[in-house]
Amino acid sequence: MKRDPLGLLALPGVGYLALVFLAPLLLLLWSSVRGPEGWTLDGYVRLLGDPYYRGVIAASLQLALITTGGALLLGYPAAFALARARGGWQVVLFALIFLPLTVSIIVKSFGWGIVLRRDGILNWALLNLGLIERPVRMIFTEGALYAGMINVFLPFMVLPIFAVVRMLDPRLPDAAATLGASPWFSFRRVTLPLSLPGVVAGVSLVFSLSVAAYVTPSLLMGDRYMTMSMVMAKAFLNLRDWQLGAAMAAVLLAMALAVVVGAAALQRRLGGR
Amino acid sequence: MERLGRWLSGGALALVILFLLLPILVVIPVSFTEAPVFRFPPEGFSLQWYEKIGRVDGLLGAIGLSARLALLATVISLLLGTLCAIALVRGVVPGAAAVSAFMLSPLMLPGLVLGIAMLQALREVGLRDAWWSLLLAHVVITLPFVMRTVLASLSLFDFGMVDAARTLGCSYPVALWRVLVPNILPGFVSGALFAFIASFDNYPVSMFLVDVRTKTLPIQLLNYLEISPDPTLAAVSTCLIALTVAILLLCDRLVGLRRLAPV
Repeated sequence: MKRDPLGLLALPGVGYLALVFLAPLLLLLWSSVRGPEGWTLDGYVRLLGDPYYRGVIAASLQLALITTGGALLLGYPAAFALARARGGWQVVLFALIFLPLTVSIIVKSFGWGIVLRRDGILNWALLNLGLIERPVRMIFTEGALYAGMINVFLPFMVLPIFAVVRMLDPRLPDAAATLGASPWFSFRRVTLPLSLPGVVAGVSLVFSLSVAAYVTPSLLMGDRYMTMSMVMAKAFLNLRDWQLGAAMAAVLLAMALAVVVGAAALQRRLGGR
Repeated sequence: MERLGRWLSGGALALVILFLLLPILVVIPVSFTEAPVFRFPPEGFSLQWYEKIGRVDGLLGAIGLSARLALLATVISLLLGTLCAIALVRGVVPGAAAVSAFMLSPLMLPGLVLGIAMLQALREVGLRDAWWSLLLAHVVITLPFVMRTVLASLSLFDFGMVDAARTLGCSYPVALWRVLVPNILPGFVSGALFAFIASFDNYPVSMFLVDVRTKTLPIQLLNYLEISPDPTLAAVSTCLIALTVAILLLCDRLVGLRRLAPV
C-alpha cells in the first residue's frame, strides 16, 4: 500500500489521544471488572444491590430529567424569539445568551448563592415588593438546585434549537395559513416537526451534561443531594474504594453514550423523512 | 393566536436572558461593598477586596499557574490539532470519519470520568508530578476545541485558490501565507480562545490531579469559598467576567460571534 505523506500528519494527535485519553479510559473500565482475585463484578453488585446507591442513580436521573425539561420549556420559545429578532438585535441577544457559557461555573454557582441567600437579592426583592413578610430559606433547597442547574445548562438548549429554527423559511406559517390552517395547526404540523432536529440535539446535550454534573450540585446542595458524580468523586478521593468508583464511572459512561448514540439515531430518522 | 405566540416567545427570551445574567451580574456590585459579608443591597463603596486578592495566600499563584497551563495546553493543541486537521482534509487517512469523531470525543465524556481515569493511569505509570499530570490532561481537554474549528474552516476552504495564486505568479509558500492563512485564521483564533477558556475554567478534571502546592484557580477559588467566604471571591469573579467579556469582544472583532457558537 502506498503511504500518503500528508495522512501521516494525523499520527501525533491521534497517538496522543490514544495514549493519554483512550488508554486511561480502557484501564478504568478494566479495573471495574478486575479485582485482586481475578475477574469480579463486585463493584457493580455493590452499586446496583445497595438501595442507597440505587437511590443516588435515581436522584441523578431525576435531576437530569427536571433540568432538561425545564430548559426545554424555557429555551424552545426563546429560540424562536431569537431567530425572529432583526439584524443587530439578534447579535446582541445572541451574545447575551452566549456569554454565560464562557463564564466560569464556579463564578455562576457563587453568584447563584448570593441571589438565594437569606439576605440575598431575591429575598430583598420579594420583601420590598411586599410578597413575603420575612426572608424565606431558599439556598440548600431542591428548588434552588433545579433552578441553578437550569441556569447553567440552558444555553446548551437554546443554541442548538436556534441553529435549526433560524434556517426555517419565515413564510412557512403564512403558506400554511393561506391553505386554511389555523395557527395552532400550522405550528403542530409544520413548525414543530421541522424544529425537532434542534430539540433532539439540545435535549441530548443538556441531559448528558446534567446527568454527570458535579460542581453545581455539590456547591448548591453539598451532601444533601448526592449525584452519581459526587459518589464517584467520594469513592476515589475519600473512601479509596476504586472498584466502586470505577463501576459508577462505567454506569455514567454507559448512560452518556446511550444518549449520544440514541440522539444520533433519532437525528438520522428525522433527517430521512 | 399568532400574536399571543409572539408575545409568549418574546417574554420567554427576556426571561431566559434575565435568568442567565442574574447570577453573573450580582457578583459585580458585591465586589465593591464595604461590608465583609455578601449582603444585598451592598453597603458603601470600596476597593479593599480587590487589594485583598494579592494578599490571599496562593490566589495570585493559582492565577499564574492556570494561565500558564491554559496557554501551554492551547499551544500544544494547536500544533497537534492543526496537523491532524490538515491530514484529515488533504491527506488519505483510513477511516477518516471515525478518526475525526475520535478526536472530538473527549468533548462528550463527563469531565469527572476523564479526571479519574487520568489519575488512575498516571499512578499506574508512576507519574506523580502535579504540573505534568495537569498539562497532559489539559491537552486532552483543549484538543477537541481546536480540532473542531480548524477542521471546519479547513474543509470550507477551497484549495483551488492556492493553485490559482500560484498560476498568478506566487511561490508555494507565499501562496499558502497570503491565501490559506487568512482564510483559516478565524477558525484558529476561535478554537484557541475556546481551548484557553475550557482549560482555565476546568474543575472536574483538575480536582483529581492537583496537589497541595500546585493548585489551579478554580480549585483554589472553591477551597477559599469553603474556608473563608468573603467578597474577595466576588472581586476575583468580577475580574474573570471582565476577562471573558474582553475575549468575546476580541473574538467578535476577529471572526464574528455567531461563527463561534460551540453547539
